[in-house]
Amino acid sequence: MSLTLFNVVLAVVIAISFVGLNAAYLVWCERKGAGLFQRRPGPMENGPWGLLQPPVDGVKLMTKQLLIPGGVDKAIFMVAPVLAMFPALISFVTIPFSDNIVAHPIDVGVLMIFAFAALGGMSLLVAGWGSRNKYSMISSVRAVSQTVAYEIPLMITTITVVLISSSLNLGDIVQTQLGGFWHWNIWPFQKQVGFNLLMPVSFLILFVCSVAETNRAPFDLGEAESELVAGFHTEYSSMGFGLFFMGEYANIVIGACLTVILFLGGWACPFGDLGFFPFTHHVGWFLLKIYLIIFVFIWIRWTFPRTTIYGLLNLSWKYLIPISLFNLLLTAGLLKVF
Amino acid sequence: MSGYFTELFTGAKSLLDGMWVTLKEFPRRPVTLNYPHESVKMYPRFRGHIELIGNEEGKSNCIVCSMCQRACPSGCISLAGVKPEGEKKKVLTKYILDFTTCSLCGSCVESCNFNALKFSNEYNLASTRKEDFVMDLLKRLEEQNK
Repeated sequence: MSLTLFNVVLAVVIAISFVGLNAAYLVWCERKGAGLFQRRPGPMENGPWGLLQPPVDGVKLMTKQLLIPGGVDKAIFMVAPVLAMFPALISFVTIPFSDNIVAHPIDVGVLMIFAFAALGGMSLLVAGWGSRNKYSMISSVRAVSQTVAYEIPLMITTITVVLISSSLNLGDIVQTQLGGFWHWNIWPFQKQVGFNLLMPVSFLILFVCSVAETNRAPFDLGEAESELVAGFHTEYSSMGFGLFFMGEYANIVIGACLTVILFLGGWACPFGDLGFFPFTHHVGWFLLKIYLIIFVFIWIRWTFPRTTIYGLLNLSWKYLIPISLFNLLLTAGLLKVF
Repeated sequence: MSGYFTELFTGAKSLLDGMWVTLKEFPRRPVTLNYPHESVKMYPRFRGHIELIGNEEGKSNCIVCSMCQRACPSGCISLAGVKPEGEKKKVLTKYILDFTTCSLCGSCVESCNFNALKFSNEYNLASTRKEDFVMDLLKRLEEQNK
């Protein structure tokens, strides 16, 4: 496929609309899910089942005044929401939705996603720093310490998978898991490593880390309303806040994509290659899997109360990091043996 | 080191227990009502403000004995009646309840010997004007008869 200007524009438009639509309708899913978990109907007023709620919210956010408080560091204050949104957008470039639907397959795709995820963490720091608000500052320090603590087990677990599939390219990682759900990395028996009982545990670690990376409940200490007003986005209004919000939901989609690609076989059909609808059924399986993971995200958020900052850091440093490190060593050893 | 794995497993199990609880609630029907569109039917023994009981002809049973007025500790009931020519009983012409001072004690309903008063089921009372709570119960009875 030649990389003409038209293709580039088309890819950008599709990526942005996918992220935008997801961000908008995940908010609806979140509210609907929250309602159903708490035995309420959720959004009901705008459109059937409240389906017109996201556009209404969007219009409301866009028509509000973008207030810049006095004394803030203006440049940094304005840059932060953009920094929150764009890494998420760019990360979509390398995510393979199917064997032939990927904007740009990069050989170090995993690395790139982590690099931009770290940039997302920086946006929180910048937002808190630029806001001239002590609550925002505390919140961003918390968010960054959390990001640092959870990026380590996340990366170690990813390295384990990378060792097994011996590639940093997300497409190649999925290729090694094709041919039925028993080939997925979540299972202990892999042809490359023989039998590694810790693989399901690794999957759980990766999952917990991706929840923590997106700063979602029960790890949403960055925006602990009861203590810190609204955390790093206290001072943001209108689309500044809107961008943070969209960035958060785009990050959720990326976290889900990463979990699915690394452990749940990406676009692979769970029952081997069925052969029908060769073009669409890969994408269908991929989307089905990521939305299942997102459902679990929502389910977790509306089940557990917020942890303490110590509980959060202890979980990472005392449990997730040692166990994921142990699994890395075990996998490396098993790879040598088999 | 002791308790490290115990804590891990009990913690994980309690998390799973919690998730099972919410998952069971997820597919079930909402317990809330879509309030402005539908509301709870009030229970028959709910004590709203008082109202007059109408008989078969739609008239009040009241004979203007003023027992309710005397029983009221807040003095929020005022009523008047006339005795028409040739009739034995008085007929009610005015029954005003000042609900702003009523404490819903029910002494008026208890003191009524002629089955003329009861509690209404009205619970959606809201207004920004004080005068809206000075109620003409006779008018209310006429409206109920329509």
